[in-house]
Amino acid sequence: MPTPALSPSPPAREPAAHDGVRVHGLRRVFDGRVVLDDADLTIAPGEFVALLGPSGSGKSTLLRALGGLDPEAEGHIEVPGRSAVVFQEHRLLPWERVWRNVTLGVRGGDLRARATAALEEVGLAERADAWPGTLSGGESQRVALARALVRTPQLLLLDEPFGALDALTRLKAQHLVEALWEEHRPSVLLVTHDVEEALLLADRALLLGDGAIAAEFVVDIPRPRPLDHPELVRLRTELLAGLGVHAPAEHGRTA
Amino acid sequence: MPSSPAETLVVGAAPPVRAPARTEPRPPPPARTPRPAAVALLRRLRRVSGLVAVLLLWWLGTERGWLGATTPSPAAVWDAGVDLIRSGEYGEHLAVSLERVARGLAIGIPLGVLLGLLAGLTRSVEDVIDAPIQAFRMLPHLALAPVFIIWFGIGETSKTMLILIGPIFPLYINVLHGIRGVDNRLVEAARSCGLGRWGLTRRVILPGALPQIFVGLRQALGIGWLTLVVAEQTATTSGIGYLMTDAREFLRTDVMFVVLVTYALLGVLSDLLVRLLERRALAWRRGFTGT
Ligand SMILES: Nc1ncnc2c1ncn2[C@@H]1O[C@H](COP(=O)(O)OP(=O)(O)OP(=O)(O)O)[C@@H](O)[C@H]1O
Ligand SMILES: [Mg+2]
Repeated sequence: MPTPALSPSPPAREPAAHDGVRVHGLRRVFDGRVVLDDADLTIAPGEFVALLGPSGSGKSTLLRALGGLDPEAEGHIEVPGRSAVVFQEHRLLPWERVWRNVTLGVRGGDLRARATAALEEVGLAERADAWPGTLSGGESQRVALARALVRTPQLLLLDEPFGALDALTRLKAQHLVEALWEEHRPSVLLVTHDVEEALLLADRALLLGDGAIAAEFVVDIPRPRPLDHPELVRLRTELLAGLGVHAPAEHGRTA
Repeated sequence: MPSSPAETLVVGAAPPVRAPARTEPRPPPPARTPRPAAVALLRRLRRVSGLVAVLLLWWLGTERGWLGATTPSPAAVWDAGVDLIRSGEYGEHLAVSLERVARGLAIGIPLGVLLGLLAGLTRSVEDVIDAPIQAFRMLPHLALAPVFIIWFGIGETSKTMLILIGPIFPLYINVLHGIRGVDNRLVEAARSCGLGRWGLTRRVILPGALPQIFVGLRQALGIGWLTLVVAEQTATTSGIGYLMTDAREFLRTDVMFVVLVTYALLGVLSDLLVRLLERRALAWRRGFTGT
């Protein structure tokens, strides 16, 4: 797996020809209930940002607004032209073969070759002709990742993509995402419930609370990051406190 | 720090998943399973065994007189059928009937699908056409036969119209509900992939509605045959329905049974056809197939 750059934000290899994400005054109201209220957010080109927050705090709502999937979101949203979303569930079309799913909505020639290339990146090239219904959960999620990659997104939106995976598969998927990000350098917004996942992967972790970004944590630790890096441990305590979890001194956590 | 799995399941106000069978690969079959060819043969035998039993019971019933004195035995019906076929009469009438059904279905099925599509894809169309279609649906359309004869005359037109009407409703309803039942999250995902309205319809909405559309097709064919029976009961001198009416006049129960068997066979054949189509079109499905 290519892990060339160890500094947290090395110069982009593919020079990102976009200005990243700029969101200003984002507001979303569901039936009179304000979920997002005057939220601001910026993501630099090629930056990896994790978004945390309690359940129901509006993380998915924010992500859907960035993905252009919510016509009723109000506010100023600037995103790069090409974005791709990976949802919490794989959301593959069960009636299309894996490779057709990967190239869904992609225009241009030789789709099959492009699908195969993307599937190779997630290690699933040999399942190109399978029906999605025959894949395991982890495989489906990797296909969903390939479907995002094939679009060479400038902005990659990940909504708890590993939430439903078992611990081991999740660990592998995290490494995969990290490697792919280091290779292609899209801007990434990763919604997650997993504090450690955020700290392992992201340049910055944001806390969503009361409808806006309530706190920001810069994770300035060289990659690959050991889970027991003192700075990471400190940030974890802080983040958990921000989420309202005041953990007693924990021991023997199996990761 | 527990990463609570329960929490990750809260997904806003998303509609319930109509999970199109996303299961893990099946475990390999137990070792004692016999060879596939033998299994297939056994299944085929099982399939005809029910029919054979019915025939046997029928034969036994006429032999012992359980079914009354006027019920012909399977052998008598077979002979009557052979006679009718030899004389060319059967083929003639069957051709006329098939043509009537084909003509009615050829218009009724596309019409039902079209109405269902229009209503399913566009809310405003549904608002306008749904109420009248539901009202018409509640009319027993077979009761329209005399009215249609007044409107369209005693010729083929009234028969075609009658056969045409029936299949519209099951298709309309099933297409509409099939479309409404498509998982909105798949639609959203496909939209995030850059699919436009046409692409969404072709690659997400229609395939998603297809299983339900097939249910509609099955019902439509059934109604088509049923309507044929009624349409051929009056004001005609051709078709297998007429053959039956004519036989009744002369108390030829054996001929009547030939027609009844014909109806049954036609129904079975059309169902087979739909099954065949279904198997090709829904190959991706991994539903429960029984034990
Ligand atoms: N379509 C909708 N209609 C009404 N309310 C909605 C809708 N979508 C989301 N909400 C509400 O908005 C709030 C935020 O939802 P959202 O899905 O963004 O939460 P989340 O932060 O992603 O939570 P989780 O971590 O559980 O996924 C929730 O209270 C939810 O009930
Ligand atoms: Mg969410």
